[in-house]
Amino acid sequence: MKKVDERKWTKKHLLGIEELSAGEIELILDQSERFQEVLARAIPKVPTLRGKTVVNLFCEPSTRTRASFELAAKRLGADTLNISSSSSSFVKGETLKDTARNLEAMKIDAIVMRHPCSGASYFLSQLVKVSVINAGDGAHEHPTQALLDVLTIRQRLGKIKGVKVSIIGDISHSRVARSGIWALKKLGADVTVCGPKTMMPAAIEKMGVRVTYDIKEAVKGADVLNVLRIQLEREKSMLFPGIREYAQRFGINRQLLEKYAGDKTIILHPGPINRGVELSQDVADGKNSVILEQAKNGVAVRMAVLYLLSNIKS
Amino acid sequence: MKIKAKILDAEGIKRTLLRIAHEILEKNQGAEDLVIIGIRTRGAYLAERIAKNMEAIEGKKVPVGAMDITLYRDDLSEIASQPIVHSTEIDFDINGKKIILVDDVLYTGRTIRCALDGLIDYGRPANIQLAVLVDRGHRELPIRPDFVGKNIPTAQKEIVEVKLTESDDQEEVDVLA
Repeated sequence: MKKVDERKWTKKHLLGIEELSAGEIELILDQSERFQEVLARAIPKVPTLRGKTVVNLFCEPSTRTRASFELAAKRLGADTLNISSSSSSFVKGETLKDTARNLEAMKIDAIVMRHPCSGASYFLSQLVKVSVINAGDGAHEHPTQALLDVLTIRQRLGKIKGVKVSIIGDISHSRVARSGIWALKKLGADVTVCGPKTMMPAAIEKMGVRVTYDIKEAVKGADVLNVLRIQLEREKSMLFPGIREYAQRFGINRQLLEKYAGDKTIILHPGPINRGVELSQDVADGKNSVILEQAKNGVAVRMAVLYLLSNIKS
Repeated sequence: MKIKAKILDAEGIKRTLLRIAHEILEKNQGAEDLVIIGIRTRGAYLAERIAKNMEAIEGKKVPVGAMDITLYRDDLSEIASQPIVHSTEIDFDINGKKIILVDDVLYTGRTIRCALDGLIDYGRPANIQLAVLVDRGHRELPIRPDFVGKNIPTAQKEIVEVKLTESDDQEEVDVLA
């Protein structure tokens, strides 16, 4: 049967992009497109995961990712349970291990976790029998963000291979950058990273990216600008002299785009945006911005991930 | 498994689909408000062929769609890994339309149940009619076809194999035992 798709998903957890093959990434993207169609129906919901329960365990603030995972689970017919650290027994000192084990005892099927420590989702996956999906762990990975970014790029530009992508901002502390680089490189994109020297990890070139500290260089000829949120709380950490200076030296604004970027260059941002810092108002809302498309695609990508992981036994 | 009986060859399939097209048009008194939706994989190819036949007879294009029923299956927890979801393409409004749902083999009826559940998520059709190339019996749900190419009595352990040039480079229907 030549025209039947016989690809198979075999992983139980989604902890990062690093351990995925290009084929596995493409499979998730292809399945995401199927779920985009589901989301476009008059009734955008299917009964596939009826009877399953997905726990969103968020130990860091989040609007987009949490809402997106919750909607994705609900659109698949699963029940969802949201736990945020600030209103849970974490504040009483309960360990992650005990929390996870107790949740598991209540018969759940998957845990989606965001945690400030790198490696937390791996740690969790060793403790529980259910599937673990990393929704961001420290400065390590944020796999579903990378997946929705590459889906958005693929649909906008028709391909990933050979596409010139510049990732701009605090590369050192960014799990979005790390997952993004893995995904883009595996799919054959041409990646440049740009940011202040203090925010550039040592030996980042080893990931196969070009490094520049000049924003004009990063914007010139780029098909895609993935602009990272500058973590304002880091201003005190002396990594950059000030927000105003950052905006002047690394902020993306209309003049910069008009002078150095093409008309078709698309702007991605994982959110939340600091308007007037890494992105100017007019660029954030301008015709090159695909930020709301990213948010929309995120639900389909997370449906694909929940669907594929939901039936792996061992 | 070996071929126990050849049920239809290429000519037989062609004649059967032409008859089904005529029957659909006769029962519905023309192609007005008709849409055809085939169930992936082979039902979708049959749907396209029936639509072409109807167009040749009536001189009127009938909208054709394809549906993947994977997300509605009731046996997902019984199989090892999730099957790949294929595309569903229903690019027209089904509200108030008469839907001809097409599949290759009607057996337990569970696939049709999935498709009915799925179709309702797209809107409220006037009615849904079922056309199948082969009805092999052994229903597990109260579902019956409106248009049948061939009724084949089978044992449950036998397999009815439909091969179409679009997916298999061959054109025949066999019973394997």
